[in-house]
Amino acid sequence: MATVQPARSLSRAKVSPSAEAARLELLEYYLLHHEDLARCAHASLEWLARHAGVKRSMCLVVDGDGGVLMGMAGYGVPSEEVELFAWPLSDARDPIVAALSASSPVLFRAGRGNGHAGRPTPVTPLGAGPFTAVPLRGVRDTGQGALGLLLLRSGSGVSSEISWLAIVLGQKLDQLRGRGSIAGEVRKLRRERSLLFTIINAVTDPILLTDTEGRLIVANARAERLFASSEEESEGRRRAVELNNMLFSAALSRTAVERPAEARELLLVDPSEGSDLLFEVLSSTVEDPREGTGVVSVLRNITDLRRATEQIEENYQRLRVLEAAARTERDRLNLIIDSVADPIIVTDPMGETILMNAPAEELFTVPPDAPESAERNVQANDAHFSSFISGLLLGETGPGAVRRGEIGLASPSTSEPIPVEAIAGKVLTETGELTAVVTILHDRREALERARLYEQLKLASEELQARVQAATAELATQNELLRRQAIELEQASRLKSQFLANMSHEFRTPLNAILGYTHMLLQGVAGDLLPAVKRQLQRIDSNARHLLTIINEILDITRIEAGKMPIQLSEFNVNEIVPEVMAELEAVIARSKLTITPKLAPGAPLVRSDRQKVKQIVVNLLSNALKFTHQGGIEIAVQFDPEAQTVSIAVTDTGIGIAPEHHERIFEDFRQVDDSPSRQYGGTGLGLAISRRLATALGGRITLRSSLGQGSTFTLTIPPEAPR
Amino acid sequence: MSAEQGPLILVVDDYEDAREMYAEYLRFCGFRVAEARTGNEALEQAFALSPDLILMDLSLPGMDGWEATRQLKANARTRHIPVVALTGHALAGASEGARKAGCDSFVTKPCLPDDLVVEVRRMLEQTKEV
Repeated sequence: MATVQPARSLSRAKVSPSAEAARLELLEYYLLHHEDLARCAHASLEWLARHAGVKRSMCLVVDGDGGVLMGMAGYGVPSEEVELFAWPLSDARDPIVAALSASSPVLFRAGRGNGHAGRPTPVTPLGAGPFTAVPLRGVRDTGQGALGLLLLRSGSGVSSEISWLAIVLGQKLDQLRGRGSIAGEVRKLRRERSLLFTIINAVTDPILLTDTEGRLIVANARAERLFASSEEESEGRRRAVELNNMLFSAALSRTAVERPAEARELLLVDPSEGSDLLFEVLSSTVEDPREGTGVVSVLRNITDLRRATEQIEENYQRLRVLEAAARTERDRLNLIIDSVADPIIVTDPMGETILMNAPAEELFTVPPDAPESAERNVQANDAHFSSFISGLLLGETGPGAVRRGEIGLASPSTSEPIPVEAIAGKVLTETGELTAVVTILHDRREALERARLYEQLKLASEELQARVQAATAELATQNELLRRQAIELEQASRLKSQFLANMSHEFRTPLNAILGYTHMLLQGVAGDLLPAVKRQLQRIDSNARHLLTIINEILDITRIEAGKMPIQLSEFNVNEIVPEVMAELEAVIARSKLTITPKLAPGAPLVRSDRQKVKQIVVNLLSNALKFTHQGGIEIAVQFDPEAQTVSIAVTDTGIGIAPEHHERIFEDFRQVDDSPSRQYGGTGLGLAISRRLATALGGRITLRSSLGQGSTFTLTIPPEAPR
Repeated sequence: MSAEQGPLILVVDDYEDAREMYAEYLRFCGFRVAEARTGNEALEQAFALSPDLILMDLSLPGMDGWEATRQLKANARTRHIPVVALTGHALAGASEGARKAGCDSFVTKPCLPDDLVVEVRRMLEQTKEV
């Protein structure tokens, strides 16, 4: 415990100019505090300081029970040293003990070799240097030695004031000793005081007593750690302590001025850690008769408390957020549950309903102003539902336990039966404890209705399927029939082709003989012929040849239709065809007396096609032109269309022409524009039909531009390469 | 041209009018002519007479012209005799079949006697060259 400042003297204000007055004042004080030896002793030492110039002194009292000379009061010395001072009385040769028996004051010089037996100067709280010990004796000198000693830090003798004081103080000692043991009193006080300090020190909160100026008077161990430092300690620590003192003084002065009883917060520095410490300061002003007005401050470390408070605050905030989230979640859950069209009922483990959504309420609550039957229906519903979930509550266990079943409920308002499918599941806590049972009821009416409709649909579907099957079977039969017919047709067609092929063969054989013998006759194998016979034989020959042409053309048609017309591809120049065709028909051309004008296209590229068939077509077109043209001329023009890459041969005549309505007809088999029995022009009527078929087989076409009396243009157009 | 000196042509045809017509015209043109009506007769005559050329109608009763030609061409004694096929079948493949069977030439009926003689002479010339 450190004494920072000596306590302020109460009597300092009054100074008596005369010694008498001063002495009276002291005596007056003795009277006032006649019970309190320590106070009296203290006042005495102060009085000495003031009136005898003794700036450092102690008052010692003999403790007979303890066998020691103990410190009673001190002036100019640390009070704790006074309190701890206990000089043993056992050694009678000790200079201080000896001084008790001395009749007059004893002077102790500094250094060695003074007093008895050359002992060194005793060490006292007065410090090094000479001092004087003045015995304090009572009125009745019993010869037992002095009651105490007055140690004065002075080597300059004993003044009258000192002597006077020694007498009155000795008398006061004697007076008080008469009523008991002084030392015992003091010891008791000391014990109490020590106990008090122990208690104060044991308090974990710093406790300080300061004067009104903020100067520290008493501080407990905790407070010292914050507010006291010694020279040996580190610079940092000293600075921290200094700062703490400043902060505390400032806080205290404000407290004292403003709201003395109110707790304040004070932020200090931990001198050892350097960390911030937050304290709550509770100050109260105390009035001490001896020490005057002081301030007791209790500092409570609330750093952890504050931290904890902040933590709590934070937790609370977090909790509120969580709570809000939970509320939102719950609201949403409620919304979800309410939005489910199926009734949902949540029951507790006892089977009591905790929660139900609106659809469930319709089943299990009696609607206002409902018919009497509503209550019965609700009760019946309740009973059904309870018996359903009781199975789950009593029987099955386990987290996944779900009970399904059908319950026959009834609408409370209309009594309409509502068959429902119920699915109940357990809600378990983490520890597996049953907290609730959630049941969802699904109205089966719709499902039943749907099932009924489905059944109907199935029947209808089956019927339809049967019909479809029947129709399919019929169709299959028809298909089979058609297929057979197709086969038959194909067979018939093949038979027809075969028949025609055979026919042509059968025709040729006799025709061969007719032509042969006619030829032989005309050749004169049988001798010379009369001109009339020769003319008639020529008629036979001509008709036989015509018949042969017809037969050949029929054969061509047959071959093309049977797909047996061989196509032989080669590269050739279409321009070459024209003179060849003209050569073939030379006799006819000569007879016709028409001008035939070939127009070639020297730039036309080679084509890859069936040369023989192209020639056959052009021969046909030219012979037609010759046949149907009586005057004018015929033009055979070869053209190359670079854009389409096609080559064409156009045969243009100035003949009778063909009316547009007959343009298609003339390409049909056995057709001429005039196909009456009395027709003017000969021919089989197969030429164009064959030509068109051949052109198609070569990937080309024959087109006609003509009108009646305006002549005709037949054009064969073929691609640069015939398809294979 | 004496009949004794002309080349011998075997005319094979079951249709009498045609066979005799060609035979008469060939004789008229100076050839010696032998006749056969069936495939078997044709083979017999060919082996017996070893003609210079055979005119073979392909449609014959019994052994047909194709088979007869095959046998002729399979036999070393008759292999060298040129065979000119005659047929009224103008359908595609007829000439191919004839060539496969070993015919050296192919003539489609109706064929004027004059044209036939031209073909016979051509074949004989060709054979002589070989």
